[in-house]
Amino acid sequence: MKNLDSVFAAYVIGWAVFFVFYLTVARRTSLLREDLERLKQSLKKGQ
Amino acid sequence: MWKRALVGAVVLFLVGAAAYASFYVAPTERTMGLIQRIFYFHAASAWAGMTAFSICFVANLLYVWRRQPRWDSLGVSAAEVGLAFITVVLITGPIWAKPAWGIYWTWDARLTSTFVLWLLYISYLLLRTLIEEPDRRALLSALFGIFAFLDVPIVFGAIRWWRTQHPAPVIMGGPGSGLEPTMRAVFFFSVLALHALMVFLIVERYGLEKLRMELDILRQEAEVA
Repeated sequence: MKNLDSVFAAYVIGWAVFFVFYLTVARRTSLLREDLERLKQSLKKGQ
Repeated sequence: MWKRALVGAVVLFLVGAAAYASFYVAPTERTMGLIQRIFYFHAASAWAGMTAFSICFVANLLYVWRRQPRWDSLGVSAAEVGLAFITVVLITGPIWAKPAWGIYWTWDARLTSTFVLWLLYISYLLLRTLIEEPDRRALLSALFGIFAFLDVPIVFGAIRWWRTQHPAPVIMGGPGSGLEPTMRAVFFFSVLALHALMVFLIVERYGLEKLRMELDILRQEAEVA
């Protein structure tokens, strides 16, 4: 099984890149959602 | 929410099945052996990345023409996702190159044009962080995105127009090129799976951009109030 470690590394690192990218999008989305909710609440209080 | 989770599960199943097929369905290539299995992930990621940049290009053109913010949102979403795919290409390529060529990297036309493409789209995203005013940011980045896309046909043509260290094309490579039927089927299944992942990620990223626009509108309302 020559080069199995290289094939394995390519797939694992590749999937890690996609996974980390997805996590950053999810994290940014949840932070924005929190900001949005906070702003909506403060606008409601101001009315 | 459940719909999103279902789509995510289908995409996950597709990419898992593509990885399985790359290891257990595709036959081992005669000269390169096991290392050639990176091809199904490497080349399919490259195709998906190029499709994402094509979507970005169309969105940029539409923004310049129509000046609607949704095209700007689609452009930046597709650029980020395309960049993730090309990053994977630039990582998996050298891992494949080392056992196959004896070196991780060489400045041949295909590798260099792909690296330049990566730098161009990093610049596209950096440019957006430098401009505060939304309309100006959208227009300038759309114009830059149109310019950046000019490298995509160069990447495609590099292994057709010039003699390169990178292998000649096995798909759309003209007479004498081609893949064994099972390898071809596994490759196109991988292309399908990674395109599904690409679309899923663009939709997710576009959702983030929509939220950002909503927040900007509310902030303006709060300032007026």
